[in-house]
Amino acid sequence: MSKEFSRRDFIKIAGIGLGGLAVASPVIGWAKGEVLAPDKFTGMYTKRIPTYCEVCFWKCAGWTHLNEHGEIWKITGNNDDAYSAGRFCPRGTGGVGMYYDKDRLKTPLIRTEERGKQIFREATWDEAFDYIAEKMQAIAAEHGPECIALFSHGSGGSYFGRLLKAFGSPNITAPSYAQCRGPREVAFFGTFGEGVGSPERTDIRDTRCLVLIGSHIGENMHNGQVQEMSAAIDKGATIITVDPRFSTAASKSKYWLPIKPATDLALLLAWIHVLIYEDRYDNKYVEAYTYGFDELKAHVKDFTPEWAYGITTIKPQVIRETAREMANASPAVIVHPGRHVTWYGDDTQRLRAVAILNALLGSWGRRGGFYNPAKAKLPKIKTPPNPEPSKTWRDAFPGQFPLAGLALASGICDATIPAAGRDCSFKGWFVNGTNLIFTLPDQKNTIEAIQNLDLLVAVDTMPMEITGWADVVLPECTYLERYDSIRVSPHREPAIALRAPAAEPRWNTKPAWWMAKELSKELDLEDYFPFETQEEELDWQLRQIGSSLEEMERIGVKKFEREYDDLYPLEDLPTDYEFNTDTGKIELYATSFATEGFDPIPIYKAHEEPPAGFYRLIYGRAPMHTFSRTANNPNLTDLMDENTVWINPKVAKEWDLRNKQEVWLENQDGIISSNSIKVRITERIRHDSVYMVHGFGHTDKRMTRAHKRGVSDSELISKVHVDPLMGGTGMRGNFVTFLIDEPALKGAS
Amino acid sequence: MRYAMAIDTKKCVGCSDCVVACQTENNVPIGYCRDWIVETTTGTYPELQLEIRSERCNHCTNSPCVRCCPTEASHYSDGGIVLVDHKECIGCKACIASCPYDARFVHPDGYIDKCTFCLHRVKKGEEPACVAVCPTHCMYFGDTDDPNSKISKILARRKWKRLIPEAGTDPNIYYLI
Repeated sequence: MSKEFSRRDFIKIAGIGLGGLAVASPVIGWAKGEVLAPDKFTGMYTKRIPTYCEVCFWKCAGWTHLNEHGEIWKITGNNDDAYSAGRFCPRGTGGVGMYYDKDRLKTPLIRTEERGKQIFREATWDEAFDYIAEKMQAIAAEHGPECIALFSHGSGGSYFGRLLKAFGSPNITAPSYAQCRGPREVAFFGTFGEGVGSPERTDIRDTRCLVLIGSHIGENMHNGQVQEMSAAIDKGATIITVDPRFSTAASKSKYWLPIKPATDLALLLAWIHVLIYEDRYDNKYVEAYTYGFDELKAHVKDFTPEWAYGITTIKPQVIRETAREMANASPAVIVHPGRHVTWYGDDTQRLRAVAILNALLGSWGRRGGFYNPAKAKLPKIKTPPNPEPSKTWRDAFPGQFPLAGLALASGICDATIPAAGRDCSFKGWFVNGTNLIFTLPDQKNTIEAIQNLDLLVAVDTMPMEITGWADVVLPECTYLERYDSIRVSPHREPAIALRAPAAEPRWNTKPAWWMAKELSKELDLEDYFPFETQEEELDWQLRQIGSSLEEMERIGVKKFEREYDDLYPLEDLPTDYEFNTDTGKIELYATSFATEGFDPIPIYKAHEEPPAGFYRLIYGRAPMHTFSRTANNPNLTDLMDENTVWINPKVAKEWDLRNKQEVWLENQDGIISSNSIKVRITERIRHDSVYMVHGFGHTDKRMTRAHKRGVSDSELISKVHVDPLMGGTGMRGNFVTFLIDEPALKGAS
Repeated sequence: MRYAMAIDTKKCVGCSDCVVACQTENNVPIGYCRDWIVETTTGTYPELQLEIRSERCNHCTNSPCVRCCPTEASHYSDGGIVLVDHKECIGCKACIASCPYDARFVHPDGYIDKCTFCLHRVKKGEEPACVAVCPTHCMYFGDTDDPNSKISKILARRKWKRLIPEAGTDPNIYYLI
């Protein structure tokens, strides 16, 4: 028995490099919100203000509590919120650290020397806006307003989006599509005529069998899913986990299938084979709702478990047993579509196989499978019509990625690098709440794109690496210090949630709404921000649906009735149901893929394997961190302040590695990690792969807690396998080897 | 009355939410913690088991820390909860040496600090912060002297273990296994 993590180690690690916590100025009486009854024992008054979380994209609704001095004290969940069910995850609970972080961006910055040197001067907001507006107008005059794009992964992005659309650019993108869940949306659209959406419409709460393929729920702390998985464990659900790593979820599973990486599609086809050829699929459902069953049956005829064994290393008997487990639980079974699924470049086809499997099991639209989400309707602010853009990002990729449903962050980045014959080169970027240096693969490519820009505006709360490359840095206040758009995203029951400020913005930071409105004045677009204040705008919107800002500041979350009683529309197999596909059926044979010249039924193709001495680089999440966003949060770095590289003991022996030894990593293209990383020797990883948590290895010195802690996987992902269907950037085809001695400094001869 | 905690290792994912919720609830300074996560892997690839435990002061019925405290700062409170009276504590660390669970630490203000089972919340009828926040609902807090309490019922139904029982401290944290 090995104790991998002891309390003494924890305290020791946590104690390193922690500066004094900056004390915030008291904000007594500033924030609105509900004053709670005085504490029975201390007689002290505390206050709570509604919010929804910004530490990840799940956006749980909760309360920011102020202590008796009026200072931000803690954050808890809102019991009326279906996303959090009254419980925040560690990141949400630790969200206070975003507010108290002394390394935050404090005032607008304008770059004074060439990009890459990262030398700035402090500026006033007026100076910053003048600079930006002037550059925007120059780009519009010379190249067209469409040549300015927005990358956003933060709530504030919606306001910059409104501004850019008004300015004339439709090029608004988020890395959450082509770098994350895009392939699954395209695959499910191609099959069911609907996407999976966020939060996922998985009815984990009532499932009897949950199949996770590389999805590490519990380590990815998607709050509602973690809570529901726990409830399913309580009810005795079977969990089947397919992962080259013994994940936390794998440890809760009846079956762990330690698959050889990059072979998942072979396993999926073999499962489909077993369901069909053992006649274990949902016959009535398939008969009533699907198109192309005969083609599918013929297609998978030879994809037996024995065939898959040679590819996946999963024993035929295990493939059969697990397929039967799924069939026995049908229709209360979920073959989970995952979330970050841009792995090998054939990801849409892999997710198509997942969708087909769910269709055969009859789980779509059924209890314990996939429910039908509902969303509250919130009217938009009345603004003049946006100008009609004359070109979009698609024009840069004629004939490519026809199935992409949203703009590609990687595509806009690529199209920023001038190329012969390209008619849409981007000249300006707004980047809100996403650290593109870490988010996009192939950093060299990203930096080359940036060097070709006339304008890069970074809007962030932290001095993330992307801000170092910006011309203008706009310091956004944290979510605890601002209002934002009303949260309307879907769930089982429609609901809205409010984010209200619990404290005055610290230093010279501002909310995105204010920044966008001020910029709109400079650009003569103020009609698109018709309200004087954000409160007035929110109140107007809320009043259209029978609420008000005053009510929402009291309750935080407001629930609405579903319009139709159709949470599980296919539960009783209605005869007249039509899907939003060309055939009106669930397309086992995807006609929309065939039309575009892509395989209508997925075909397994072998992927490149690591060369001798190299190991496949697999990355994932830790429950206390969100990408690189939280890497400097004092509360969360206290829980985990660096990543480690997981290495199988056999590999460690071969390389004579010790636990906690510092190594550097070099990838197949000769790229060496900027920092070293500690070795973690563990049985929990296959011998052909190494694993690390994403989001560490920061190189920006301004983030004092995160700087040089661990290694950035992004840095080592230089080979990208692009999905031809929708432009997803497959990132798991990179291989690394170990450097035992510190490599010579880059550039030194 | 005997307050105790039962933690379901079958559901715990080791997310550390209990740690950060305790830190914010109790204003525990950054760099210190009153509860923590231990992960234990056993077996060899691919036959593996992983046990994850949220650990803290065991509020032992027979507490060596209370016995050895020279100033009686460490004492039993409501329902057997072991507390440290900060004003009485001289920071001699005898309790730290005596605790088999390594549950105590020196607070930067000079006194010994540790888990209080959030007595300030329990007195108001609330659960300890760690229990209330847990996204996997894997923690149960209550009175093991009351056979009808939720914790008594789950301990009667499930297999459980306690840590280092051989120390003879009669700990009150139970791990459902």
